Amino acid sequence: MKDTALSYGGRHLHAPDPGAPALALDGVVAGHSGALPILQDVSFALPVGKRFALVGPNGSGKSTLLKTVAGLLPVRGGNIRVFGLRVGACHHRTSYVPQRQSINWDFPLDVRRFTLAGRFVHTGWLRRPAVECQRVVDDVLASLGLTEIASRPIGELSGGQQQRLLLARAAAQESDLLLLDEPLNAVDAASRLLVGALLDRLQRAGKSMIVSTHDVGTHDLPFDEVLSIEEGRVHGSAR
Amino acid sequence: MNWLLEPWSHGFMRDALAAGLAAGVACGVLGVFVVFRRMAFVGEAMSHTTLPGLVIAQAKGFSLMAGALASNLVTALGIAVLSSQTSRRRGIRDDAAIGVVFTGMFALGVVLTARIGSWRDLSHLLLGNLLSVAPGDLVLMVCAALAVLVVISALFKEMELASYDSTYADLIGIRSQRLHALLLVLIALAVVSGVQVVGVVLTSALLVTPAATAALLTRRMVPMLWLSVATAATAVVGGLLLSYHASLPSGATIVLVATLLFIMAWIRRRVQLS
Repeated sequence: MKDTALSYGGRHLHAPDPGAPALALDGVVAGHSGALPILQDVSFALPVGKRFALVGPNGSGKSTLLKTVAGLLPVRGGNIRVFGLRVGACHHRTSYVPQRQSINWDFPLDVRRFTLAGRFVHTGWLRRPAVECQRVVDDVLASLGLTEIASRPIGELSGGQQQRLLLARAAAQESDLLLLDEPLNAVDAASRLLVGALLDRLQRAGKSMIVSTHDVGTHDLPFDEVLSIEEGRVHGSAR
Repeated sequence: MNWLLEPWSHGFMRDALAAGLAAGVACGVLGVFVVFRRMAFVGEAMSHTTLPGLVIAQAKGFSLMAGALASNLVTALGIAVLSSQTSRRRGIRDDAAIGVVFTGMFALGVVLTARIGSWRDLSHLLLGNLLSVAPGDLVLMVCAALAVLVVISALFKEMELASYDSTYADLIGIRSQRLHALLLVLIALAVVSGVQVVGVVLTSALLVTPAATAALLTRRMVPMLWLSVATAATAVVGGLLLSYHASLPSGATIVLVATLLFIMAWIRRRVQLS
């Protein structure tokens, strides 16, 4: 992981606080500014290297929670720490994998270029991604079975391939905390296997992750703990 | 060969070519972003909202280009504020914001025309008069094209990312809303140049048609930018030659050539797919 002089938002690479969990939420209240808060008094801690599931129905607050941790929505009460740092203090260490619908898939872009965007946080303004970035991208594409379609326009991918591509970009970022918003929703069996294998590999490498899902029983991913979320409130293990 | 070369022996044709190419480059580059960010309505709105600035500049003897630019910057700011994420959550959609600003500014232009100008004076602004671009305006058009090229080159990867995934751009600290506002300002610059070339009514064609043509020929961003610029340049050169030899209005002829190139690209695509 590298810092850059012309970092986005003027935020630089910070070392994590020794001994701090990957993620700690304490009484968090959050939602869009100007609207009623969606998350209510959410508290839990994700230890480094662990994989948690966040299970709840549509509208329960799963995406809001992940976006708040990613710094995309304001914290309106309580406290969030990512590796002991305040939210957004270090863009490099957190990646968020959105749902497929949030991407403009018609944009003229190929699979390799899309994945390369995962390295932009390390290059910052005015610089092009270095040659070593291409190596990282090649490795990630190979691990997700995307090498053969690296030159294909993103608009020509299947749903499963699109989901793998979103994960490829997050993996290329080499972040330490991955926030995955329904990564296995409407994904074919082959893609599930590849995604599962990559998540296993990332976890073995010490990465921490939260995976949101409607139903933890619909896929075979093992989780260290399952959190349930309902009407913006998070409860302990739902398993 | 003489048919191709003789027109450029005239100074007014050389100026027209320089002005047309400056506008073509700026519109060709930005057009790709406009098409794939689904902002074609912005181009249409921006061209029409130059009218109040043009009327005031004409009446007061200012540079038309400066008047149009001032008018368009007000429009860009208005659209950026009204279409911000906060406004969207408060119930103002992007297209509604553009529609409100666009029609409001155009209505202001019509009222100003009635009060201080005349339709006869402004007819060449509405339909373009490339053959009488003032030297000062030509310099401004070249500067506008250079500004577009420099900014897009410097911020290309960020503009590209914010165009297809603004959430990820925001996540890594690129403020996508600010880039959107910057893009609107660049579009304002390009449109002001375009108004000089093809007029208020047809400028959005210069912004959209070359990019749409390029999109039929390739699915990669960088080649698409080059093809879009090449299409715009071909339309300018071809349109000027035709208008010179056939005594046709230059702006409309340029747009017709661009449209012809689009149809040819569309037929090629259909043949490829069949």
